[in-house]
Amino acid sequence: MKKLINAVEDIVTDSLVGVAAAHPDSLTVDLQNSVVLRADAPRTGKVGLVSGGGSGHEPMHSGYVGYGMLDAACCGQVFTSPVPDQMMAADKAVDGGAGVLHIVKNYTGDVMNFDMAAEMSAAETGTRIESVLVADDVAVQDSLFTAGRRGVGLTVLMEKILGAAAETGRDLDALLDLGAKVNDGGRSFGLALTSCVVPAAGQPTFELDEDEVELGIGIHGEPGRERAKLGTAAQVAEQIVEPILADLDFTGTPVIAMLNGMGGTPLIEQYLVWGEVSKVLSGKGVAIARTLVGNHITSLEMAGCSLTLLKADDDLLTLWDAPVNTPGLRWGC
Amino acid sequence: MSDLSAQAVSTWLKDYADVITENANYLTDLDRQIGDADHGSNMSRGMSAVAALDPASFADASGLLKKAGMTLVSTVGGASGPLYGTFFLRLGTTLTTDGELSAEKFAAAMKAGLDGIVARGKASQGDKTLVDSLTPAVEAAQDAAAAGKSLAESLQAASAAADKGRDATVEMIARRGRASYLGERSRGHQDPGATSMALLIDSAARCLA
Repeated sequence: MKKLINAVEDIVTDSLVGVAAAHPDSLTVDLQNSVVLRADAPRTGKVGLVSGGGSGHEPMHSGYVGYGMLDAACCGQVFTSPVPDQMMAADKAVDGGAGVLHIVKNYTGDVMNFDMAAEMSAAETGTRIESVLVADDVAVQDSLFTAGRRGVGLTVLMEKILGAAAETGRDLDALLDLGAKVNDGGRSFGLALTSCVVPAAGQPTFELDEDEVELGIGIHGEPGRERAKLGTAAQVAEQIVEPILADLDFTGTPVIAMLNGMGGTPLIEQYLVWGEVSKVLSGKGVAIARTLVGNHITSLEMAGCSLTLLKADDDLLTLWDAPVNTPGLRWGC
Repeated sequence: MSDLSAQAVSTWLKDYADVITENANYLTDLDRQIGDADHGSNMSRGMSAVAALDPASFADASGLLKKAGMTLVSTVGGASGPLYGTFFLRLGTTLTTDGELSAEKFAAAMKAGLDGIVARGKASQGDKTLVDSLTPAVEAAQDAAAAGKSLAESLQAASAAADKGRDATVEMIARRGRASYLGERSRGHQDPGATSMALLIDSAARCLA
């Protein structure tokens, strides 16, 4: 394992020291709890948006704290959910009197820790705390008898859209409805060319041959559902579009699309794949209204990409276009 | 018959912390096959914090068990933190009075711990989780208690049943937790959570009788 670290056990804290040093004007970092906060939190009368999860997916979530997006991000150990103490500290810090909304990716550990935190925070402070669950990965068959779909790429779009809505003063109930709409209309699928090395494990989580891809990966270096031979980018585009369109009809409404790099794939390849994906989508009658390409939700140094599509009406497009100013996403201001 | 006290519970928790440290790489390795390669390091971080609790600063076993549960919730993360944390919290709320630890008391506490885990994680037996080693252990403890066996015999029966339950997870297809995303490909691998739970019950059999 070759990594730019001091010690494996200090990786999250040491990285947050860097976040604090890089953004002293816009962010406050609570190193005790590994929570990144907007410097101007709490904002009176605004719903506080709190997300978080395992580290190793940067810029998500800490890079999306700021104007027009999150109020706080709770950073767990690498690929490990944060613990309730962290969310309770964040809830308290962002509570501006209009309630707090947790944005939670549907992973067993995240759901349990956020649930415990919401119960304990509400009991301690009386603040209303609700949660929106992101579950968009079509590689996982949804069923009452399993953990359900993973929350992956759509989380970035969810945080942007809910962040914009909260900024314009929408209340907690309106945000819950909006979150449900985004989750209903969003789907993702990813593939990996390589595994990643979790620092504490020191070796790749899985091995792939030179000519193989892992289809249907999540964001934690966990193996996907099947392996295939790596084809051309045009063939890869077909492989990632097909399962999404098979799951939900994306014709008839404009679509926000994100072609996301997993951490180890250069932008030149990401744009190349997006070019192929956009051709496939046009051929299937899908109208792309907005596009985001880049490393937005990663798996350490994994090579590969994921595609997220979201049905977007005028309201969602307006919220998407609204100004945002965070380390990981910035436009309009 | 054995005495229940903060000191006795501390001996168990410290033994388990040692076992987890010794097996950390093994647990992480099992987790690498069907999960995300962090079970050993997460449990090791949590149990080291629990082992550092001084039994002298707790009035009774219940106080230490509850604090151990809260410590695990606060330090482990992932699904294991809330699940193991809930287990010890329920043990603490069930074993309220120090003194003799009977087979009946032990079985009742284990059952309360299992119920807490099921309520938090919503897993059933056969889902390839820690419930698969804990459930047979609880049943064995209840049977032993009903048959009038000693605490030592009950603990041995629970330990053997947990090991058997752990082994049975190899052939299961995961339906809960991160391994469930693998579907059919999760078969053939022993569940890391069922493994760490069996180690906990084996440790209880060594320390509590």
